[in-house]
Amino acid sequence: MTNETARQPSSIELDRRAFRRRQSTRSVLLSIGSTLIFALLVVLTLSVLPGWPRVRDSFFDLGTAAEAWPRVAQGFLLNLRVLLYSVVTVSIFGMALALLRTLRSPVLFPLRALATGYTDLFRGTPLIVVLYIVGFGIPGLQGSQGVIIPTEVLGTIAITLTYSAYVSEVLRAGIESVHPSQRLAARSLGLSHGQSMRIVVIPQAIRKVSPALMNDFVSMQKDVGLISILGAVDAVRGAGIVVSQTYNYTPYVLAGLLFVLLAIPTIRLTDWFTARQRKREQMGSIV
Amino acid sequence: MSVLRLESIYKSYGDTPVLRGIDLEVAAHEVIAVIGASGSGKSTLLRTINLLESIDDGQIWLGEQDISDPRTKPDAVRARIGFVFQHLNLFPHLSVLDNVTLALRHVLRVPAATASERGLALLDRIGLADKAQEFPDRLSGGQQQRAAIVRAIATTPELLLLDEITSALDPELVGEVLELVRELGAEGTTIIMATHEMAFARDVASRVVFLDNGVIAEQGTPAQVFGSPQNARTKEFLARFTA
Repeated sequence: MTNETARQPSSIELDRRAFRRRQSTRSVLLSIGSTLIFALLVVLTLSVLPGWPRVRDSFFDLGTAAEAWPRVAQGFLLNLRVLLYSVVTVSIFGMALALLRTLRSPVLFPLRALATGYTDLFRGTPLIVVLYIVGFGIPGLQGSQGVIIPTEVLGTIAITLTYSAYVSEVLRAGIESVHPSQRLAARSLGLSHGQSMRIVVIPQAIRKVSPALMNDFVSMQKDVGLISILGAVDAVRGAGIVVSQTYNYTPYVLAGLLFVLLAIPTIRLTDWFTARQRKREQMGSIV
Repeated sequence: MSVLRLESIYKSYGDTPVLRGIDLEVAAHEVIAVIGASGSGKSTLLRTINLLESIDDGQIWLGEQDISDPRTKPDAVRARIGFVFQHLNLFPHLSVLDNVTLALRHVLRVPAATASERGLALLDRIGLADKAQEFPDRLSGGQQQRAAIVRAIATTPELLLLDEITSALDPELVGEVLELVRELGAEGTTIIMATHEMAFARDVASRVVFLDNGVIAEQGTPAQVFGSPQNARTKEFLARFTA
């Protein structure tokens, strides 16, 4: 290693490095330029459109946004709670379903068939329908008297039912993509089936499917906004209340923005995490 | 007392017979080289011993225990036998040290510190102590196979099975792996290895078993089998290597 650093690069290599530096400066300048031109075009196009001033006032009004902020932010906390609960329940339930579907024993056929049927059913049913059935059906089971079940709980149940089906399929694909020789090697060491899965197969499976899992996670982050149909005052419903008072749609945009802001760190975090894993565990390569 | 005794083992994949009545007794400290053409049943034989394949008939005795009895717990048997495959042995998401100590920690339930100490000693022995925290993909093929071997012997198994462990390696890496096997054999580890390395088998094995079409066609000391093969199939097979 010390030899490497001590050695002076050849003039050809120095030329190459200088060229690469020029290239990268050039591409940065180009991308800044094209972004500015693109932004200018958008602004110009909008300012030409006859209805733009009215649309701007009713969707992007700072005053209304400020007025709606406490309600929307308060409601957003409800979304966050449901999201938090759902992440835990979906992980557990989704993993359980995936493991059920990978079992090969004939005795367990009924369980496997049930898991298959479940994923078919809940991947096919729109979340909004599941929300209605759970949100109004489960409380309805108590008859005319009964306690009020918090929306957090009902929303979490509905989202778990739907998203477990998606997540289990992703996990199953991951589990099946781990080379069979890995399982064989694990068993040959004397690890049990469960240990092989837990220590060897699942960690590799999750690495392989983490982009797909994150996709489902981001999708779930915004679908927790749908619990507003259950009547709870979440970010979307909170925005809706202000909209109905001010006849201005800005609060919806504000709520949307909050969901975007929630998603971005997660997306970046996964990108960083997968890149780090890859760098650590695999040989580097330029392709 | 024999370490392993096979009594008329039969195994077929569908309609294709792979093992057709194998009898083999392995004494402690023996190094047995199983040779034979591809498809002669070498790998299947090793896998049945480790219960990675079920057998159709016969009995397998590991020490005093009939491990072909369906009441046998396969995990317990496998913990007593070390196994190294042709390739893809190591777990890519675990460091080299974690790979080596995995069975110690999770099968033998050795405390982590003790397992680490033993793992490092084993890695040191094969000159890979400085790679303990690296991940397997960063190692050369030869280093990976040597790490896989010490992983297999970390639990001091009664028997070590090596299934063509140099077949997927570049020629210049074969030597370092075989050297480790030679050392283990010299130390008294009981080894059964399926191999295509005839020179190595001649050098290191205490007994050579020639498998042909699912039966043991010939066996004996390397001098007997390589020097004056009796069976026509053995002669034919060996001629391909000397030619």
